[in-house]
Formats: sequence, C-alpha cells, structure tokens
Amino acid sequence: MGYRYMTAGYHTLRELQEQAVLQNREVWEIVRNADMSENERSAEASFEKMTIMYQAMKQADESYNGALRSASGRAGGDGAKLQQYNAQGKNICGDFIGKVMEKAIKMGESNACMRRIVAAPTAGSCGVLPAVLLSYEEDFSATQEDLVKALYVAAGIGTVIAENASLAGASGGCQAEIGSASAMAAGALASLQGGDAETIMHAAALALKNMLGLVCDPVAGLVEVPCIKRNSCGAVNAVTSAQLALAGIRSAIAPDDVIDSMRRTGNQLPACLKETSEGGLAVTESARVYQRHSNKRRIEK
Amino acid sequence: MIIFWKIGEITDMDLFDIVGPIMVGPSSSHTAGAVRMGYVAGKLLGEPIQKAEILLYGSFLATGEGHGTRKAIVAGLLGMQTDDYQIADSFEIAAQRGMEVAFGEARLEEAHPNTAVICLNGISGKQTEVQISSIGGSRISIDKIDGINTGFSGECPTLIVHNIDQPGCIVAVTSMLAKKNVNIATMQVYRSAKGQQAVMVVECDQLIPEDGIVWLAGVEGVQKVTYFPGLTA
Repeated sequence: MGYRYMTAGYHTLRELQEQAVLQNREVWEIVRNADMSENERSAEASFEKMTIMYQAMKQADESYNGALRSASGRAGGDGAKLQQYNAQGKNICGDFIGKVMEKAIKMGESNACMRRIVAAPTAGSCGVLPAVLLSYEEDFSATQEDLVKALYVAAGIGTVIAENASLAGASGGCQAEIGSASAMAAGALASLQGGDAETIMHAAALALKNMLGLVCDPVAGLVEVPCIKRNSCGAVNAVTSAQLALAGIRSAIAPDDVIDSMRRTGNQLPACLKETSEGGLAVTESARVYQRHSNKRRIEK
Repeated sequence: MIIFWKIGEITDMDLFDIVGPIMVGPSSSHTAGAVRMGYVAGKLLGEPIQKAEILLYGSFLATGEGHGTRKAIVAGLLGMQTDDYQIADSFEIAAQRGMEVAFGEARLEEAHPNTAVICLNGISGKQTEVQISSIGGSRISIDKIDGINTGFSGECPTLIVHNIDQPGCIVAVTSMLAKKNVNIATMQVYRSAKGQQAVMVVECDQLIPEDGIVWLAGVEGVQKVTYFPGLTA
C-alpha cells in the first residue's frame, strides 16, 4: 500500500501525547475519541466493546486448565506448576511479579491448546497484556473501569506500532509480537499507576527497546516453543519498564524513534528468522526431536 | 487539515483488531486471519460452495499445518467466525455439507509471506478466484479477485463492480451511493485496456441497501456487482 490521507486521529506516540496535553485529556480518552470518529461508534458503544475484551481476557484466565495439552502434545501444564510454586510461598520475584508470570504462561498455553483468547495484539503474544492487567486488578485497588481505560492506552500504543512498523512475526520477527505486547502493557500499567502522557510513552519505549531484534523462530512451526514462555518474559519486562518510567527515567531514544528502529530491524532480519521456522531455535537438534514427537502424535491421531 | 501520512504496513485498522479479536488459538495471522480469509472468499462467491481449491504460499505453506491454517480457511469458507470452537472440526463439517476441499502450493512472485489463493466453485456453477494475505494480527488484505488487483481490507462495506470501460459507469456507482446516503471511504479504479474490462473497488462507511446493489447490476455496461458487507457486519 502507498500513501493514504487521514484527517483525524494520531499516527505517532508524540501526537498521542501532544493531543492529550493540548486537549487536557487522559491518553485513553484520545484513543477512544479516535475510535468514535473513525468507526462511528458512540462513547458508550466503544467502551462496552472494550469492556467485552477485558471480560474475555478474564474468562480465558479463569478457565485455564492445566490438564490440557496442545496439538503437539508437548505444551500445557506449566501454568499449573507456577501456580503451585507461588502458592507454596517460595516466590523469589515478589507476589505481583509471580502472579504476572503465572497468568502469562497460562494464557499462552490456553492459546496453544486452541482455547478462546483475546489477541493483544496477536494470539502468540496474548498472555502479556492480561497478565499485567488482571494481576493489577487483583493486587491493587483498581475498578474494572480503570482496567478498561488502561486497555485503551494499550490499544493506542499498538495502533501506532501497527501503523509505523508491524505487529506480525512474519514481517517483523517476535519483537513485533511480544515486543509490541510488552510496550502496550507497559504503557497501560504506567497509566494505571497515574503516570502522565509522557511517562506512558516512555514506559512503552523502554519496554520495546528491551525487545528489539527478537526473532520469530517457532519450533516445528507451532505457537508453543519459544512463544509461550516469551509471554512471561514480555509481561515482566512491561512491569519493570513501567516502573522505570514512573520513577522519572526517560528513554534516551525518543519513543517514535524506537518504533522506527523496530521496523528497520524487522526489515533487516532475514526471512529464516521471521516465522518460517528455518532459523534460530527452530533448527536445533532439540527442535528436530520436538518436531518428530509432534508429527508422530499427528499420525497416531 | 489534511495530513498525507506515510504508512508502515496497515492503515484504517480497527482498534479492536489491536486489542482483539476474541479468537480460538493458536495464531492470529495463521488461524484467525485464515478464518477471515475463507469467510471473505466465501462471501465474494455469494453462494454455497461445491468445491474449494486452496493454494498456500510462503509462511502459510511452511508453518500452516501446526497453526491449523488449513482448517481455519475451511472454517471461514463454511461461514464461521474467529471465536468458533468448531474451527478444529471444519474438515468434517465441510465433508458433511458436501463441500469438496483440495490443497496445493501457490507459485507467486512478490506476495506477502502469508498468502493464499482460494479458487471456489459454487453450487450453481459460479466461480471465483481470490488472492488474500494475512497481514498481521488477524487483519487481511484481499489482493486480487479473478486476477485483477484489488487491495482492500474487508473491514468496511465494500462494493466490487466489474464493468466495460465506458463513460457513465463510475457516475452510476457514485450517484447510487449518494442517493442511499452512503459515504465513500476509498475508491480504486482499474482497467485492463482502454474500452476493455474495468473494475472498481469502493470501500464505504455505511452498509449499502440491497435495492441499490440490484439497481446497479442492471446499469448498462455493468457486468457484475459483488458486495461484501464487512467482517463485522
């Protein structure tokens, strides 16, 4: 596609931030208002739709089943292990981070097992955002309304990344999936903690910077290894990035520059590292064993 | 104010494709996007499918198996949405409905890595060949219909008009839309050669009433009118 003109909305994190400041509004309102004007939805209809997304995330988390296994027979059950470990009080990461990790792994496993999830922004990265938001709702005094507003912030950041870079592993590598999800979650968490527009954008930038260059190398072509565990990594990265930004630390590279470099890095990655399973972890000896196991299981079925 | 904006990969995305859709896993591009591809192709045929030939390209060919891509495209052809638990059983359901399904490899040049060419035969003999790509998240791009470049997202009501390249066809489309109070979001016009085959792809902000489409099909020079009401309609 080439050039297309637009008359409303925001196209960069800088514009999103400036509009919030100029209009004296919260970032989530700018994102919602753009949705209203671009998609002809009322404020109520838009908010209701986002609420449905949040509730679907919650249902997916609550309906996790540690006994399920994926098509390959290899993914599943790790979320239950983490839950047990956290319950034993052995958590070395603190309660909140422990919970974030647990929920991220659970959601990633549910996805691999063809359960119903919310792509945010993609299915492979579906654990990052709910892990951070659902854990926050449980451990901090936030209302569902607050969480839905935070989802808008995440969606706004994701929209900018989609427009200026990519959200697809096949064109940008895993940085475009787990990296984008992590940036979205970091911004959302910063907004929940009362961060201003600048803090939100820098939380997102700091999270994305940590993920730059991450390749998409699914073993046996499945959204299992390394995708599921990277959800936990992306979620924790979001929390630490939000905390850095909330403490007043700023990304030396402007947030939109980080997104630009993500696009460039994605374009420079060879095809073997972009969801083709022809490089990275996907071509290791262990991956061949995993593939054989999953093929055998398919034939047996 | 009008801003000309250089885009990265996609424009006009719906916010609920960034957070959303609610879908059955495991892949937004290879499962949910694939469901949508089949869904759009089926709607573009406009009648129940007797035979579907699905040709896969790039990453769809390489990693589609583990993502349930084939099952997902067939589920979409059957009219299923991305959150349908029956996606995993689509082959069996297609067989029950007497839909013949075959897969192959698409040989394309410079196509998006997640592309499929879907060739459909309908029960009354209608045929269509659609080239669609899954461009990230669950968004798709309908790249070609019957060999002619198109390039629309399927997210809004879309009108595809095949006509003879002669005066009056474009104004017939635009005046009908104006009368029905439908606003045009984007419009693309192609022709094979002067006075020969032409195609218009018109993306709209509102749904187009059926009588407008029926009227258009009867206009002189218009050969075929295809209407897709949008993925969320």
